[in-house]
Amino acid sequence: MTKTFLLAAAIASAFAAPPASAAEAVKIGMITTLSGPAGYLGQDIRDAFKLAIKDGKLGGVPVELKVEDDALKPGNGKQIADRMLSDDRIRLFTGINFSNVAEAAVPDIVDAGAFYISPNAAPSNFAGKNCNKNYFVASWQNDALHEAGGEYVNKLGYKSAVIIAPNYQAGKDALMGFKRTFKGKIVDEIYTNLDQTDFASVMAQIRAAKPEAVFQFEPGGMGIAFMRQYQQAGLLGQIPMVVAEPSMDGVILKALGKAAVGVRVALHWNSDFDNESNKEFVAAWTKAYNRPLTFAASQGYDTALLIASALKATDGKVSDADAFRAALRKADFKSVRGKFAFGPNQHPIQSWYEAEVVDGKNGPELKTVGTIYDDRGDAYSKECKM
Amino acid sequence: MTLFLEQLLNGLQYGVMLFLLAAGLTLIFGIMGIINLTHGSIYMIGAYAGTYVANLTGSFYLGFPAALAAVGLTGVAVEFLVVRRLYQRDHLDQVLATFALILIFNQLVTLIFGRPPLYATTPAILDGSVEVLPGLFYPLYRMAIIGVGLLVAFGLYVIIHKTRLGMLVRAGATNREMVRALGVDIRLLYTAVFGLGALLAGLAGFMAGPVLAVQVGMGEQILITTFVVVVVGGVGSIRGAFFASLLIGVVDTLMQAYLPGLFRQIVIGPDADALGAGLSSMGIYVLMAIVLLIRPGGLFIAHG
Repeated sequence: MTKTFLLAAAIASAFAAPPASAAEAVKIGMITTLSGPAGYLGQDIRDAFKLAIKDGKLGGVPVELKVEDDALKPGNGKQIADRMLSDDRIRLFTGINFSNVAEAAVPDIVDAGAFYISPNAAPSNFAGKNCNKNYFVASWQNDALHEAGGEYVNKLGYKSAVIIAPNYQAGKDALMGFKRTFKGKIVDEIYTNLDQTDFASVMAQIRAAKPEAVFQFEPGGMGIAFMRQYQQAGLLGQIPMVVAEPSMDGVILKALGKAAVGVRVALHWNSDFDNESNKEFVAAWTKAYNRPLTFAASQGYDTALLIASALKATDGKVSDADAFRAALRKADFKSVRGKFAFGPNQHPIQSWYEAEVVDGKNGPELKTVGTIYDDRGDAYSKECKM
Repeated sequence: MTLFLEQLLNGLQYGVMLFLLAAGLTLIFGIMGIINLTHGSIYMIGAYAGTYVANLTGSFYLGFPAALAAVGLTGVAVEFLVVRRLYQRDHLDQVLATFALILIFNQLVTLIFGRPPLYATTPAILDGSVEVLPGLFYPLYRMAIIGVGLLVAFGLYVIIHKTRLGMLVRAGATNREMVRALGVDIRLLYTAVFGLGALLAGLAGFMAGPVLAVQVGMGEQILITTFVVVVVGGVGSIRGAFFASLLIGVVDTLMQAYLPGLFRQIVIGPDADALGAGLSSMGIYVLMAIVLLIRPGGLFIAHG
């Protein structure tokens, strides 16, 4: 009896709420993927976001960041969103890095009249007809990222390609975006599973298809496995690879080492960007965490800066939705990627760049070598009526 | 044709990997009656410990003893501290306890090694690929995995069919109570079986490192397929696990390789690929359902 009681007490204490902080703090709900193979991406979003919070204040307004792990499960994301909305009365959300989780959780958030500001995932079905005035995207529209990839492959002069992505919304958006701009021939289009780590059969298909280039979108741990196997299959020297930004982040680059040299990347941000905000960010990140930098970290930081700008302009009154929305729309912050503005669907208008993995002083590094697009929006903004 | 052969080799390699995991799982379930979800975590621990030591010392081969020692210790600790208390409980309690262990191990690994995946290198002599048949290049490292896997399978065959321990294991899988009634120290047998299963899982994990990514949660990805193998092969049967592993490995690989292409011929439009990919990932479960319909005990039934 005593034993059972003690056990119950132990469990109860583990779940007990932490002491409430200052009453006037603006609560920010962050739902992100912290566990599993892609967990490092969520960790980077969270840690970079925290970097922008100084002495508990964001944009001069006290904030309380509540972080929960969706484990890359749409059901979890939705439950967390509902709980944060009803129990914690949170009105401002961010954090989701996978589109399938976003599709499950975001509608509940915006339907409740709360704000959602995406640091990463931006599926096509939220960008066009179903856009929402409380839904902002600080990263990119999913397709746009791969439209830049398609154009980069054009510029490199490759006439045929095999394209590969995981079988979920962002993967479909990826291949759709690539095909929208790529002028050559698609030899083969391969969808992998979202939790796949063995790509041997894909490698065999690529070898048999003999394309001039390979374009792949395999984010997180999948990207490392894909590149390693591409190398082991002896394809790396044979068929050039062009990837979207999430397939060659700092962590993947470090894991691959020299094997990655020569891979081309289409990106919207790189650690070598020469602007004040980025230099400050890179220095602060290195000082605080000393981990390889990823696009996810840059997005978490930019999202925090965007929220800070709106909090500052409205003095932290998220409850005045119209004023807060208007403040967000201005995008009055210095993005680490350089120029940034919102399009009519509240998705970014931004530039895209060419980068190449080169052998640097401290091992392989991603070097920005050119521009793909200047100030480009996305394909769905025309359909959005707000 | 070379493409088909290459896909067959891929299937074989995947199957061998599954076998290393399934052999332990099927014995633990067949003999001890334990549903052991920690098997995936042990696989992960093998990968982390082996890769960590291999990176630290710069020698791939030193990773082997490290991985085996780590999983051996973990296996014995898990058996002694948790699993031993579960023999008399029903399966639901076992699932609950071992599922909790998955969460604990995942969190521990995250605390020790962090979230970014570890980088595992292949030894220099296994780098690159070899021409198996004219025009058919295959990664050397994957060939080595196939070789090690088949060697282990042969070793297990010898142990199970030619030694006294193997005799007890077979007897245990057929009728647990009778073995106990005959005065065999069943506890020792249990620990031996659990340890053996853990060693095989750890070996699989370490060898998977350079091919896949060494990351938190890697065990759960392969664990589910391993359960399918155990069910298809027949619970408690090593032979069943072997043939079911190869079957599942080959079927899964071929489905992934050819189903989307097939669908593109039947269904027109952009959804063909997604549909094909979706169906191919269901393939092994359909196979399991069919096997269960025809032979409810699995392909090779161990229980009398």
